[in-house]
Amino acid sequence: MSIIQINNLHKTYTDTKVPVKAVNGISLSIEEGEFTAIVGPSGSGKTTFLNLMGGLDTPTEGDILIGDKNIKDLNSRQLIDFRLHHIGFVFQSYNLIPVLTAIENVAFIMELQGIPKKERHQIAMELLKKTGLEGKENYRPGELSGGQQQRVSVARALASKPKFILADEPTANLDSASTEDLLNMMAELNKSENMTFIFSTHDKRVMDKARRIVTIDDGKVVSDV
Amino acid sequence: MIASIAWRNLWRNKLRSFIIIAAVMVGILGGVGSDGFMEGMVDQRVNTAIANELSNIQLHQPDFLLNNEINYTISNPDQYIEVANQMPEVKGASKRLICGAMASTATAATSVLIFGVIPEQEKKVTGIYQKVYSGNYLTDDQRIPVVVGKKLADKLELNINSKLIVTLADSSGTITYGAFIVVGMYQTSNNLYDEAHIFVRINDLGRLTGITGQVHEIAISLFDNEQTSLVFNKLSSSFKQQIDNKSIDIRTWEQLEPLLKSMIEMTAFFSYLFLVIILIALAFAIINTMTMAILERKREIGMLMAIGMNRGKIFTMIMLETLFLAIVGGLVGLLMSYGLVEYYAHYGLDFGSMGSGMSYIGYDSIVYFKVTDGFYLASFILVAITAVLSSISPSIKALKLNPVDAIRELN
Repeated sequence: MSIIQINNLHKTYTDTKVPVKAVNGISLSIEEGEFTAIVGPSGSGKTTFLNLMGGLDTPTEGDILIGDKNIKDLNSRQLIDFRLHHIGFVFQSYNLIPVLTAIENVAFIMELQGIPKKERHQIAMELLKKTGLEGKENYRPGELSGGQQQRVSVARALASKPKFILADEPTANLDSASTEDLLNMMAELNKSENMTFIFSTHDKRVMDKARRIVTIDDGKVVSDV
Repeated sequence: MIASIAWRNLWRNKLRSFIIIAAVMVGILGGVGSDGFMEGMVDQRVNTAIANELSNIQLHQPDFLLNNEINYTISNPDQYIEVANQMPEVKGASKRLICGAMASTATAATSVLIFGVIPEQEKKVTGIYQKVYSGNYLTDDQRIPVVVGKKLADKLELNINSKLIVTLADSSGTITYGAFIVVGMYQTSNNLYDEAHIFVRINDLGRLTGITGQVHEIAISLFDNEQTSLVFNKLSSSFKQQIDNKSIDIRTWEQLEPLLKSMIEMTAFFSYLFLVIILIALAFAIINTMTMAILERKREIGMLMAIGMNRGKIFTMIMLETLFLAIVGGLVGLLMSYGLVEYYAHYGLDFGSMGSGMSYIGYDSIVYFKVTDGFYLASFILVAITAVLSSISPSIKALKLNPVDAIRELN
């Protein structure tokens, strides 16, 4: 079943001297449970494409259907709410809230969703366990390694029970061992939870794990295998 | 959790937070301290004026206060004294004859106001008898006694047992001379008062002026100044007939000395004005600090927006951070101010050599600080309002952040 349907997507930046067509007519369908890598050289438009899918940026033209919602039709307030309930984000630099502990970081997104304290604590504990962080619940991000922080970030993304998780170069700041661990963990979650993961990446190791690779260049899909 | 994040964010840059907390603290200390000083000084002036000069309420013949005309007297004064003394709020009531005169000695002369009083009655109304530093207050067994102020004694070179000659116009308009023996000298904190007011027995002055059985003034003192209006209303109602037929006029100390009342109001106004000026200066410091904090956390705030934290919650988080910062500084500042005010309320701030200058304008040389609970509360509320207002500009900056730009910076 298709959870994301993208039709003839365009994004042109006009705030530069010469208009830049970052995304130039992408059409794509993503099915539930996919483990997809969006790859391409720097400046190819993959991050812009991911931002558009995540509702962080608005397309110049074209449609992004997530479930039955065309996110182009949502205003900024609705988009924030939509992101909160339907999309999970994993960032390259982890971006956890530094003053919160691991469990608080995971529970925070559920608090934004209005989930009761007891329930969110329980869910956060389970997610940290699933991401291999049992015993690290009360550590603050500064006390965790890069790999561990990215695991908390994945747990946070999962906590909102999203339709899919967008991960923009999630392994860029990790060493080989941490990358391997993280990818294995995400692959396991993909399999066990049927969670859809969409990565943008340069990393060969990510591409090796991905079951689908969409290559973008000059804002266009040049291959989809 | 937003409140918890806001609180923890304060301590991410401890030095910066401490600087702002210290600034708020010093600001509050300055505002409350200056109010304590000004309010204490004015309060002492008012209390001194009530205790030694005015009493709480006075009765006169309605035209007497226009020019102290000697023939504008109250007849049958004892009826008023009797009614006043029956009121539980009244500490005492005293009959007075008042007469302008020229006081002279062999070396100098000056104009004075002579108060003819019944010593035992007067002691219940004014505290002049407690201010006698040399000799004694008036008693019934002395021979034509007079109590003079230190400033007058210095000016006329008077000592105890010196003779003081007074020249006045009696009730028939005839110039009359009288001699009094100095039995005591008093000193209040008001040099001008001490120089111009002398006290004699009412009968002695009555004989000199030719007024008997009548008085110019009935002064009434109360146990509690707060009850002045209440007693004024009760007296006005008891003596409605005498007021209506213009036999008497009743006035409170505020009506007798409107300057004192406006001084109290002005002090309160300037205290608040001073505090507001301090807080405005603080507001700029807070805005600057919070803007710096927002700019440093631009990426983090962008990330929060990206994961679904709405603008209202981001605004609340920044507002709470500012509020916590100001409240911590405000509370510490209030606590220190309380300590400072209590210390000087107990020991007083001694102006030493400057004190004699202050007594020329009616103020004590030692000022005992006083701050009302209302001012402490108002200071705290004003700090909180300043914090909320100061948070608006940094919050708007944060809300203008575009999550995409933040994400771009991230990756």
